[in-house]
Amino acid sequence: MKHIRNFCIIAHIDHGKSTLADRLLDYTGSVTDREKQDQLLDNMDLERERGITIKSHAIQMEYEYEGQEYVLNLIDTPGHVDFSYEVSRSIAACEGALLIVDAAQSIQAQTISNLYLALENDLEIIPVLNKIDLPSANPEEVTDDIVDLLGCDPDEVIPASGKTGLGVEDILAAIIERIPAPEGKPDEPLQALIFDSVYNPFRGVETYFRVINGSIRKGQHIKFIATGKDYYADEVGTLKLNQVPKSRIEAGDVGYLITGIKDAREVKVGDTITDAKNPTTEAIEGFEDVKPMVFAGIYPVDTEDYEELRNSMEKLQLNDASLVFQPESSAALGFGFRCGFLGMLHLEIIQERLEREFDMTVITTVPNVSYHAFTNKQPDDVILVNNPSDLPEPSTLNRVEEPYIKASIITKADFVGPVMSLCIEKRGQITNQTYLTTERVELNFDMPLAEIVFDFYDRLKTVSKGYASFDYSPIGMRSSKLVRVDILLNAQTVDALSALIHADNAYTIGKKMCEKLRELIPRQQFDIPIQAAIGAKIISRETIKALRKDVTAKCYGGDISRKRKLLEKQKKGKKRMRQVGNVEIPQQAFMAVLKLND
Amino acid sequence: MLIALKKELELRAMELKDETIETIYFGGGTPSILETEEIESLIDLVYENFEVRSTPEITVEANPDDLSSEVLKALASSKVNRLSIGIQSFFENDLKLMNRAHNALEAKECIEESKRFFNNISIDLIYGIPGASNEQWQENIQIALDYEVPHISCYALTVEPKTALESFIKKGLVEPVNDDGAHEQFLLLKDILEERGFVHYELSNFGMEGYFSKNNTAYWQGKSYLGIGPSAHSFNGQQRSWNVRNNSKYIKALEQDQLPSEIETLTKVDRYNEYVMTRLRTKWGISLNYIKKEFGELYLQYLMDQAHSFIEGHLLFHDKDQLYVSKKGLFLSDGIASQLFKLNL
Ligand SMILES: Nc1nc2c(ncn2[C@@H]2O[C@H](COP(=O)(O)OP(=O)(O)OP(=O)(O)O)[C@@H](O)[C@H]2O)c(=O)[nH]1
Ligand SMILES: [Mg+2]
Repeated sequence: MKHIRNFCIIAHIDHGKSTLADRLLDYTGSVTDREKQDQLLDNMDLERERGITIKSHAIQMEYEYEGQEYVLNLIDTPGHVDFSYEVSRSIAACEGALLIVDAAQSIQAQTISNLYLALENDLEIIPVLNKIDLPSANPEEVTDDIVDLLGCDPDEVIPASGKTGLGVEDILAAIIERIPAPEGKPDEPLQALIFDSVYNPFRGVETYFRVINGSIRKGQHIKFIATGKDYYADEVGTLKLNQVPKSRIEAGDVGYLITGIKDAREVKVGDTITDAKNPTTEAIEGFEDVKPMVFAGIYPVDTEDYEELRNSMEKLQLNDASLVFQPESSAALGFGFRCGFLGMLHLEIIQERLEREFDMTVITTVPNVSYHAFTNKQPDDVILVNNPSDLPEPSTLNRVEEPYIKASIITKADFVGPVMSLCIEKRGQITNQTYLTTERVELNFDMPLAEIVFDFYDRLKTVSKGYASFDYSPIGMRSSKLVRVDILLNAQTVDALSALIHADNAYTIGKKMCEKLRELIPRQQFDIPIQAAIGAKIISRETIKALRKDVTAKCYGGDISRKRKLLEKQKKGKKRMRQVGNVEIPQQAFMAVLKLND
Repeated sequence: MLIALKKELELRAMELKDETIETIYFGGGTPSILETEEIESLIDLVYENFEVRSTPEITVEANPDDLSSEVLKALASSKVNRLSIGIQSFFENDLKLMNRAHNALEAKECIEESKRFFNNISIDLIYGIPGASNEQWQENIQIALDYEVPHISCYALTVEPKTALESFIKKGLVEPVNDDGAHEQFLLLKDILEERGFVHYELSNFGMEGYFSKNNTAYWQGKSYLGIGPSAHSFNGQQRSWNVRNNSKYIKALEQDQLPSEIETLTKVDRYNEYVMTRLRTKWGISLNYIKKEFGELYLQYLMDQAHSFIEGHLLFHDKDQLYVSKKGLFLSDGIASQLFKLNL
C-alpha cells in the first residue's frame, strides 16, 4: 500500500485534463506507441467528437521513482457542471488531486468548485499551471492567482504543458512525494467505493471501485449497501488500458468488478461494496441518488416508432444510469416519455446518442425543472410538477415552490455590470462579490434553476464576450409565482409547446415564443395564427402568412420526372416534421424557447 | 446532327409500333438550327416509320428572331400547322431584363407576319417580372388578345441561377421577384382570358376550344411519347428515358448505333405520384375512378385522407368523380401534390 498513489485530475472545462493524462500515460510507458491518440481516455465517440469528457475515466500506471516501483491510479474527470456528482465520487476515491489551471485563462468557476470538493475530502492538492506553451499564457500572474487561491507556496505550482510534455516528470515526482499513500485496514471487512460504471454489451456492467478497507477477491460473495443487492464477483482486476484480471484487489487500490449485472441502475455511483456475509458496519459517506435537474418530453417523430424508442431508451439507460424516464402522452405528440436529465448538456447528449447510436429521430419538448405545487385542499401535500400539464388549475393552487441554486460566476472586472444585469433579469439575488485579483471577480447569486435552463449560458457568454465561467449547486426549494403559458396553433392548443414560466416573465416569453415559432414553422398553404395564452387569456399573437406561390410554371415531358422527384423529396422532408391538426411543425420548433434571444 | 436524329428515330421506331402518331413537336429553337427542308425531311421520316393519323398537330416552337418571312413561308408550305412563339412580353423593359434577343417591335411584327401564314398560333408571355406593373401586364394581355391568337401560355418569371437577372437582383439593381405580385397578375390573367372565352386548361396554358395544345396535353394525360435529340425525354407508360445532354456525345453514340439514353422504370407509387402531380395542374383534375381502377382502393383511401384538410380549406374541390384544385389552390398546386404523394418504401 505504501507504493500506491490514487489521484484525480480536476479543472475547469477544457483546461487540459485529458491531454495531460495522455502525457502521464506516455511518460510512464502505460500505452504503446500504437495505442497512442489524443485524449486517449475520452473513448466514447461523442466525447471524441465534441472534445469533452463526459464520464470519469480511471487507469492504472506503473512508475519507477528513486529505485522504487509505484502504482499510480489516475482518474480523469469531466469538467462540465452537469457531471459534478460524478467528479465528487471520483474525488472521494483519491488521496490527492492535480488541480489544472490554464495559464491563459487562470482560475475559473469549476476550478474553484472542484477545488472545494477536493478540500472537503481532505485531498492533497497539486496545482499545475498548464498550457504554458501558449503564446497567450500568463505564467507569473496565473501563478499568483493560484497561490492566492490555495494559500500555497509559489514553488509548489508546477509549470506544465500537455502539448509539449513539459513538467510531466515533476508532476509524477510530486504525486509520489506529496500525495499520501492510502491508509486502509486490510484486515477489516470489505469496504469499497463505487466511483464509476461502464456498460459493456458482452460482459454486462463493469463497476469501478476503490477499496478503502479489506480486500475484494474473485468469487467473493458481495453486497452493495445502498441497493441492498448481492452478487458474486465473477472477475476483479486492475484498470490498465485493457483490464488485467487479478485474484484479489487490496485495500488502497483501484480496480474493476464484473458480476454479470445487466442493468446500470443497479450500480449506483457512490454506493459501498462490502462482503455479503461479513459486512462492514459503515457505508461510505456522501452517497446520493443522482437527482435529475431538468425534465423534458421525448417523443418519436413518427408515432409508429414508440416501441422502438422505448427499447432505445432502455438500452441507453443501461449505460447511463443518470437518465430517468417514464411513459407519458401528449395530445399533440401521442406517446412518448418524460425524461429527467442532469442538466442541459446531458439532455443534448442523450438526444444525440439516440440519433447516433439508435437512429431515432426524436422531438424534445420544452424542458422544465421540477416544481412543487400545493393545492388549497391539501396545502401540506407536495404535488411534483415535472411536466407543464401537472400544474394544478390556478384556482385550486395554493402555492408553488421552485428549485434554487447557488451560482458562482467568475468574470473580468469589466463585465461585472452586464453579468449582474443578466443575473438580475434572471431573477438572481446577489449574495457575494469577491475580487480574486484586481482583474477578476467572483460573483455569487441565489437563482432559480429554471432560469439557467432557458438560454442562460449563451447569454452569459455574449454579455461577457466569453470571459465568464459559471458553476452552480442546488440550495433547495423556494416559493415562486408560476404560470403555464400555452401555445395555440390555428386556435388549437399544442400541449407539447406549453411551458412553465414565472408570472413576471410570462408576457415577454410568450411573445418571444410566438415570434420564434413564426420563424421556425414553414409557411403552409393557409394562414396559421400562433397565440400564447395563460388559461383562457391570450397574451400574444403572430401569424404565419400562407404561401403565395408553390408551383413551377412549366411541366412538360422532360420536367415531369425531375419534378416528381423534387416533390417526393419535399414529402420526405416533412417526415421530420410533426403534423398537429393541420399544421406541420418541424422537430426543432419544440425546443425553440431555449433560444429565444438568438 | 441531322443524321444522328434520323438514326435515332429509325432505331426507336419499334418503341411506338402499336401507336398512332397524333402530334409532332419541334422544340424550342429548332428553326435556328435546322433548315425548313431539314425539318420537312424529319417529318417525312416519321411518316415512313410510324403510323400517323390523318390530321396530326405538327408544332414548331421558335423565338421571334428565328421567324423571318422566308422561314414562315417555308414552314407554311410544309406539313407544319402550328406555331408556338416565345414572345415573352411586348414591352422593351421586360425583354431587356430577361436578356431576350428580340425587341418589342419585332415581337409584334412577328405575330402579324405569322398570322398571314398560320391560324393555329400560341404565344408565350411572362408575368411577375420585377418592375412590371399590373397595368403593364394587363396591356400585355390586351395586345395578345388584339392579335386574336387562339392559345396563350403564361409563365411566372423564375430567376435562374447564374443569369444576368440573378446578378442584378443580388446587386440590388432590380427588385427581387415577388410571389404576391405574381399571384395577383396570375389572377388578373385568368379573369381576363376566361372572360374572352379562353379555357384555362392547365396551370400555365389558356386556349380557345379546339386549340388546346394536343402535344402538351398528352404529357398531362400520361400518354406515350418519343423524344428525339440530345436531352430529349420519352415515356411509354411504364418507363421514362432521357438522352444525354451533350451534343457530341449524342452524335458519337448514334454513330455507333447506340442509344445514348438512361431508362427509369416507374413503380406503382411513381405512377400514382405523377398522375396526381400532372393532373392537379389541369382542369380535368384527378379522376377518383381512375385512381381506384388503376391503383386500387387503398390508394384511393390514402388520397382522400391526404386531401381532406385541403378540401376543408377550399384548396381542393371534390365533385363526384373529380378532385381538382380550386382557384385559391392553383398557385400552390405543387405543395398540395407533394402532400398527396405516396412515398416509395
Ligand atoms: N496549447 C496547448 N493546448 C492544450 C494543452 N493541453 C490541452 N490543450 C488543448 O486544449 C483543449 C482541451 O483539452 P482537453 O484535454 O480535452 O481538456 P479537458 O480539461 O479534458 O476538457 P473537459 O474534459 O471537456 O473538461 C484541446 O483542444 C487540447 O488540444 C497544452 O498544454 N497546450
Ligand atoms: Mg477531458
